[in-house]
Amino acid sequence: MNIVVLVKQVPDTWSERKLSDSDHTLDRASADAVLDEINERAVEEALLAKEAHGGEVTALCMGPERATEAIRKALSMGADKAVHLSDEALHGTDAVGTAKALAKVVGTLESVDMIIAGNESTDGRSGAVPAMLAELLGWPQLTYARSLSLDGSTVTIERETDAGVTSVRAELPAVVSVTEKINEPRYPSFKGIMAAKKKPVSTLTLADAGIDAGEVGLSGALTQMVSSAPAPPKEAGQQVTDEGDGGTRIVEFLSGKNLV
Amino acid sequence: MTASVIASEPPRSPFALTDDQRALKETAGEFAAERIAPEAVRWDRDKHFPVDVLAEAGRLGMGGIYVDEQYGGTGLSRFDAALVFEELATGCPTIAAYISIHNMVAWMIDAFGDQRQREQWLPELCAMRSLGSYCLTEPEAGSDAAALRTRAVLDGDEYVVNGVKQFISGSGYSDVYVVMVRTGESGSGGISTLVIDGRSEGISFGPEESKMGWNAQPTRQVVFSDVRVPVRNRLGEEGIGFRIAMSGLDGGRLNIGACSLGGARAALERSLTYVGQRSAFGSRLGDFQALRFKLADMATELEAARTLLWRAAAALDAKDPEATRLCAMAKRLATDSGFNVANEALQLYGGYGYLSEYGMEKIVRDLRVHQILEGTNEIMRLIISRGLLESNQ
Ligand SMILES: Cc1cc2nc3c(=O)[nH]c(=O)nc-3n(C[C@H](O)[C@H](O)[C@H](O)COP(=O)(O)OP(=O)(O)OC[C@H]3O[C@@H](n4cnc5c(N)ncnc54)[C@H](O)[C@@H]3O)c2cc1C
Repeated sequence: MNIVVLVKQVPDTWSERKLSDSDHTLDRASADAVLDEINERAVEEALLAKEAHGGEVTALCMGPERATEAIRKALSMGADKAVHLSDEALHGTDAVGTAKALAKVVGTLESVDMIIAGNESTDGRSGAVPAMLAELLGWPQLTYARSLSLDGSTVTIERETDAGVTSVRAELPAVVSVTEKINEPRYPSFKGIMAAKKKPVSTLTLADAGIDAGEVGLSGALTQMVSSAPAPPKEAGQQVTDEGDGGTRIVEFLSGKNLV
Repeated sequence: MTASVIASEPPRSPFALTDDQRALKETAGEFAAERIAPEAVRWDRDKHFPVDVLAEAGRLGMGGIYVDEQYGGTGLSRFDAALVFEELATGCPTIAAYISIHNMVAWMIDAFGDQRQREQWLPELCAMRSLGSYCLTEPEAGSDAAALRTRAVLDGDEYVVNGVKQFISGSGYSDVYVVMVRTGESGSGGISTLVIDGRSEGISFGPEESKMGWNAQPTRQVVFSDVRVPVRNRLGEEGIGFRIAMSGLDGGRLNIGACSLGGARAALERSLTYVGQRSAFGSRLGDFQALRFKLADMATELEAARTLLWRAAAALDAKDPEATRLCAMAKRLATDSGFNVANEALQLYGGYGYLSEYGMEKIVRDLRVHQILEGTNEIMRLIISRGLLESNQ
């Protein structure tokens, strides 16, 4: 069972996140960068599958040079090796471009049985890359998994969305995206941390992966960010002291907003 | 024309952490924040010793941090360990300090045991599936540990051990007791070290001591009545037990100092948040210069103590002959500064600092004992001054 986990470095959700003024892309330098939490769960799920069925886990990351830190985290948790697609020309790539680039890199890897990703990243939140990647590879897609089980040549998930829970099965190879409910990711062990730097990481440029530079980057993006504005500061809420009329005042408030 | 100045990397700071060290620190910090801190006040109140959490720490490699990897250890340095213990103590100094004592026990077996002894005890200790206790102090021998009286008398290929060990951390729960016993003449030269199984016949434990702090780990007497211990459980030769006990303490002192830094750092960080929220006389507390200066001093004291502790840890790693003295200095400074900073942080909380609910008084209570154990801070001064006077002759 050879599994590729997609990992992404994102600004820490606790830190203040900003868009750059010039091209409305994420200002990655301004925030602490971490391995996306949901990716930690994707890595965990891949490791569990490996522990049960053998094989290898490869972390695949597209991102700037600094993303090596996120890759290291995946390796210290127990992934066997990593592929890092890193090229200046990738700056500003949109979701479609990302899926195309990732599909090319997956094509360079040998015998991949399953790709596991988070259902969305905590920064971009397009939530589309896993499905697009499956489409490009011509593989089945099982998205929003809250549980995953493997049985020989098939993978079954419980798919949880606002519409309810469905059980979905596909033949391998397949792309699975997981939600944050799927597991509790392990802490990297101290040995894992020390071993991480000795694990192979191959760094690829666009040319190495055979990616057409015209399909990625800001210029290759099919979508364009036209403008952006910082979120308005939160305003203090209205406080109501209950003087025996609390219930009435709540109803007044709600009906004032046409909520009841 | 002269060549232009070539832009070069700034010189690497000797205090800069490596990628590995930052990752170790981050993992220990996350573990402390997620697995220890949320329960710390409850464990203190209920006098609960969380062996399940210790086992989890063991799985991450915290049970034999500087033990040989061949026997299940993690093979890190004392410097790395200092980083780890400071982080763990931000969650709870008491839990961090027990893990330190456990590591001291594992290290003594690794450093002074033969291959068979290391194979027998270390894998389980490193995984924290079995827990260790360090038994030096006796009711009548604390600071003057070389006066210990627990006797081990040879009988065939066994020692028969009789005596009482006082204030033993983890006792009752621990499986492996590293015990300093008298096998020869009085004084430090007549002491040997035995590894004693906690289930041995004749071993019993006093009631749990009721204490000011360190409530999340048990402290009890260990009583030996005709306990038979195979000679092959002795670490090293007869008569070197005091040296073994003291060399364990060099590292133990670094760790306990690091635990004080972590506890105090957590208290300082909380007080920083608190003074930003609490108002009096129409201003935020944090706007009063008197309090800002206080916070500045607290941060400075901690940084100074940390810097010395790192220096001492590096000296111990490098087997610097000054290491024992530096470790004593670092323990003295870090545990005094740590206690003072935590106490000041409590003061900044006003009356709320005194309430258990806020967790501040617990940190103060926990850090108080760090000035007493692993050698009191008076004994640290004894060690430091001894070195000073000798080197001046
Ligand atoms: C919670 C707790 C846990 C502990 N855990 C362990 C453990 O796991 N294993 C273990 O072996 N021990 C343990 N100890 C024991 C601890 O190390 C001793 O309490 C400590 O060494 C002091 O010994 P004492 O209590 O007998 O004090 P004493 O030695 O009687 O000292 C009393 C006072 O006199 C001072 N003093 C003594 N001699 C001198 C001198 N020459 N010059 C100046 N001042 C001096 C001391 O500094 C102290 O202030 C623990 C203690 C506590 C409280």
